[in-house]
Amino acid sequence: MNIAAVITSQFRSLWTVLQHTFTKADTVEYPEEMPALFPRYRGRIVLTRDPDGVERCVACNLCAVACPVDCIALQKAEDEHGRWYPEFFRINFSRCIMCGFCEEACPTYSIQLTPDFEMCEYDRQNMVYEKEDLLIDGTGKYHDYNFYRVSGKSIGGKDKGEAENEGEPIDIKSLLP
Amino acid sequence: MNESIGSPLQIAGILIGVILTAAWLIWVERRMIGIWQDRLGPNRVGPLGLGQVIADMIKIFFKDDWIPPFADKAVFVIAPVIIMVTMLTAFVVVPFAPGIGIIDFNFGLLYFLALSSLAVYSAVLAGYASNNKYALLGALRAAAQTVSYEVFMGLSLMGVVMLSGSFNLREIVEAQRDGWFCISQFFGLLVFLIAAVAESHRSPLDLPEAEQELIAGFHTEYSGMKFGMFFVGEYLGVTLSSAMIVTLFFGGWLGPVLPPLVWFCLKTTIGILFFVLLRAALPRPRYDQLMMFGWKVMLPIALVNLVATGGVALWLES
Repeated sequence: MNIAAVITSQFRSLWTVLQHTFTKADTVEYPEEMPALFPRYRGRIVLTRDPDGVERCVACNLCAVACPVDCIALQKAEDEHGRWYPEFFRINFSRCIMCGFCEEACPTYSIQLTPDFEMCEYDRQNMVYEKEDLLIDGTGKYHDYNFYRVSGKSIGGKDKGEAENEGEPIDIKSLLP
Repeated sequence: MNESIGSPLQIAGILIGVILTAAWLIWVERRMIGIWQDRLGPNRVGPLGLGQVIADMIKIFFKDDWIPPFADKAVFVIAPVIIMVTMLTAFVVVPFAPGIGIIDFNFGLLYFLALSSLAVYSAVLAGYASNNKYALLGALRAAAQTVSYEVFMGLSLMGVVMLSGSFNLREIVEAQRDGWFCISQFFGLLVFLIAAVAESHRSPLDLPEAEQELIAGFHTEYSGMKFGMFFVGEYLGVTLSSAMIVTLFFGGWLGPVLPPLVWFCLKTTIGILFFVLLRAALPRPRYDQLMMFGWKVMLPIALVNLVATGGVALWLES
């Protein structure tokens, strides 16, 4: 009984495989035919700007901390309004594994992954992207978000309590209502 | 009547045709397995990827022809030559069509069996000369497998010999005018097919070179054109096995309308594709399963088939 089952299963698998002569191949012939990538595909990393056209990055270093392969390097600097920005921002794409942790860690939607993976280079050094290579002119996936307009941080031209959806700061040392 | 029937031109044509077929089988196999696994296979070099073989050949010719310092040099070099030589000389007796062939031996079938078993020397010597554990294990397996499967490979063909009354391959083909032997000798065909797969070390019975267990088995240490000769030798074996199955069981060149040579090539092509399908579909058995299957299943079937065929032949005669 067992032997009969073994033998029939051999012939059945032969027949099943033979039927695949007429099924269409799943292969996408890449350079000729571009595969459809979704907006949240994890490819080349960019730095975005807020709707006012100012760069979003506040140089908080959370992305560099979250990065499992340590491919992000940046240095904090401060402008005359007290606004933080990265003095340099460097991503070594020969190390990057496109995991997207930096995007998840970013509190300002600044660092974002894009549906683009065609970034081959003949020289390894060209895989290191500087800030001017990373920074784009648009807002990326989040069009209306502006960190300094909604956050409670005071910078030049906007004091505490002046952000959107924000009340006046409460003096917790006072008994008056 | 051991007469030579091929003119020098014919001999050259057959030799070149057979080698080219074997070489292009690399492409055929990769392409067909691709199709059966819902892939495309090699399709970049030339139309349909047909130039893939040429690219592979150029690559393999320019590779470093390296002999390991610990190997037995003379034996190491001669081993891949043996499989090419035995497989090519075995083609001498293949009856392509009436008047097309190289030699018409009275003992053609025995000649084929002798040369196909000589091919095992290639695997054994390669494994021995490589001086490598995996190669030696592969060679041991090749020896054991060939010894076991050789026995009933010959026995399975004796039914055909009884029915046709000849060892001459051309007479065997002619004897199938009123019915191919694949019907009357169905079990003979089954046993011979499995033995032929085992003899040519083809998946699913490729235990001597099982990649997952033995790296590459007996040709682990080979590279460059020496490896290429093993490779082409294997495909020559597949072509030879298909040609013999067609000759012995599927009426050789016999067939309506089309010329005999076309019929022969067509049937052989289908045989080769079946070999490829076997590789695409079936998993490899364990080593002890292979031995058990050979001695406890295939040998009894071959013997019973032999006795039954003999009985029926005698009964029909009386």
